[in-house]
Amino acid sequence: MEQVGVQPSGSLREWLGRNLPILILIPSLIGSLTYVFVFTGWTMYISLSDSSLLPSYGWVGFENYASLWSSRRWNIAYSNLFFYSTFYVLGAMGIGLILAILIDQRVRAESGWRTIFLYPLAVSFVVTGTVWSWLYSPAAGIEFLVKSLGFENFEFALTASRDYAIYAIMITGIWQSSGFAMALFLAGLRSVDQDLVRAAQIDGASTFRTYRKVLLPSIRPIFLAVAVIMLQFAIKTFDLVVALTGGGPGIATTFPAIYVYDLMFQRGQIAQGAGAAIMMLVALAVVLVPYAFYMAWRRRREAGHG
Amino acid sequence: MADLSIAIDDPAARTARRRYAINRTIIYGLLLLFSAVYLLPLAVVVMNSFRPLPEIAQHGLINFPRTIQFSAWIDAWSTYCINGTCEGMKRNFFNSLYMTIPATIISTFLGALNGYILSKWRFPGSEFLFTCMLLGVFIPGQIALLPWAYLLGQLGLQNSVQGLVLVHVIQGLSFTTLFCRNFYVSIPDDLIKAARIDGAGFWRIFRKIVLPISPPILIVTVIWQFTGIWNEFLFGVVLTSGREQPITAALVALAASETNVRNYDVMSAGVLIGALPPLLIY
Repeated sequence: MEQVGVQPSGSLREWLGRNLPILILIPSLIGSLTYVFVFTGWTMYISLSDSSLLPSYGWVGFENYASLWSSRRWNIAYSNLFFYSTFYVLGAMGIGLILAILIDQRVRAESGWRTIFLYPLAVSFVVTGTVWSWLYSPAAGIEFLVKSLGFENFEFALTASRDYAIYAIMITGIWQSSGFAMALFLAGLRSVDQDLVRAAQIDGASTFRTYRKVLLPSIRPIFLAVAVIMLQFAIKTFDLVVALTGGGPGIATTFPAIYVYDLMFQRGQIAQGAGAAIMMLVALAVVLVPYAFYMAWRRRREAGHG
Repeated sequence: MADLSIAIDDPAARTARRRYAINRTIIYGLLLLFSAVYLLPLAVVVMNSFRPLPEIAQHGLINFPRTIQFSAWIDAWSTYCINGTCEGMKRNFFNSLYMTIPATIISTFLGALNGYILSKWRFPGSEFLFTCMLLGVFIPGQIALLPWAYLLGQLGLQNSVQGLVLVHVIQGLSFTTLFCRNFYVSIPDDLIKAARIDGAGFWRIFRKIVLPISPPILIVTVIWQFTGIWNEFLFGVVLTSGREQPITAALVALAASETNVRNYDVMSAGVLIGALPPLLIY
């Protein structure tokens, strides 16, 4: 075993011994930092260039962003994103919370229930989207089933309708991710000081009141964390829409991520596609940067009080 | 339960018991209802992968099998035609496997080393570098599409499974490093210091102290990476085509190549082939 500090200084062996950690870290650092900074910078540059089918480096300033924001399709894409993320986040959190509270009632076979609600997370959006597109299919899915039960006038053709296709994506997205919210909420509920809960019960508070007044307020930070994570999922939504509606009917369910893909790889307008990708990054930053600051502020406050 | 049965004639206890029973019924009823919704899609694919096509056409997708056939699985695995090539999904399945297993192992191993260094061998600036690496967790894949396409082309890895392995290792490093670092931070520094005073070096401490307590975090990291990489679609569809595509991209191609007649039986089997490995890992 080498004895650091005993050997004469300046020997290669000792230098290696001292700097081994940094040397091992370097390949990962190069990879990660290239990904984070060089790739982002390059895409940003492309978005300000006159590239079309292939990268080219003539500077055109914010022209691509101007044409992006005047594109009808992009406007549909980001208003879809706003609409979708609002209801997706609220829906997944609402159902996740209900499931967490139900499971928290000392039910039998708890891990069995948990597995049922969590398994969609292990399945890809592609698989989920494909299967749900069948369920939404009027000719074979839910509409067919209800009709065959005798309700001849029943209509449930969400994915075929320009106005309602986005609800199909919403329902499926909520189905896939509410288990995730449930798991985080359940972990939160379990971490609340049980003495507080017992105190409330001794005071005669009903289960409902205990949750509303004691348990839910003490897991408030978890609500925020879940919302932030879910918003992040929503902004990155891509595979689910591709598998479920392909962005259609027409362009009714275009999302920013789909727009990026289409412009870059279907239409050969990589500069505008890169601009759209940068806008996605901006959207994520709008969500995450305030959250990061809030967390830092809270940590400092806690440290101050502690 | 025991003290309730003693007080059986007390009316107050009886109402309390009845209320308890009603509560339980509501709780289990709701759980069953939600479970039905959660399990329905799974049940539908599993059953339809064994039902003959005419039966599906006649009775709809959401129905119990009347007769059982296994041919859909064989078709989906080895003979079904996707975009003109008729060799089923087995090639795409193995592409996914050859992509996911090395990428998971390499990114988890590097993540463990990075986490160990960034928590126990800190150097000036290491916290800053860690924060920079962390940004990779949040960056949307779309930002990296063009650079990856260009870089893989330069490396001669375009349209290859190896190229995807590289992409997923780099993309995964932020996650694996974050997971492991946050876990290793909780190892007492004194333990490491004592080992260093005893003359143990970087590798020895890693092998003798850090690795033995790592299984919980390594399991989490492996599950996360495996399911994430197996299920990834964007890079698969952009950076590879045809026979080199992973199974997620092949599934979408399969669904898109269906024009008028939907072969729900074969597609159900195909979907299950694509979904099974992460479900099993889980």
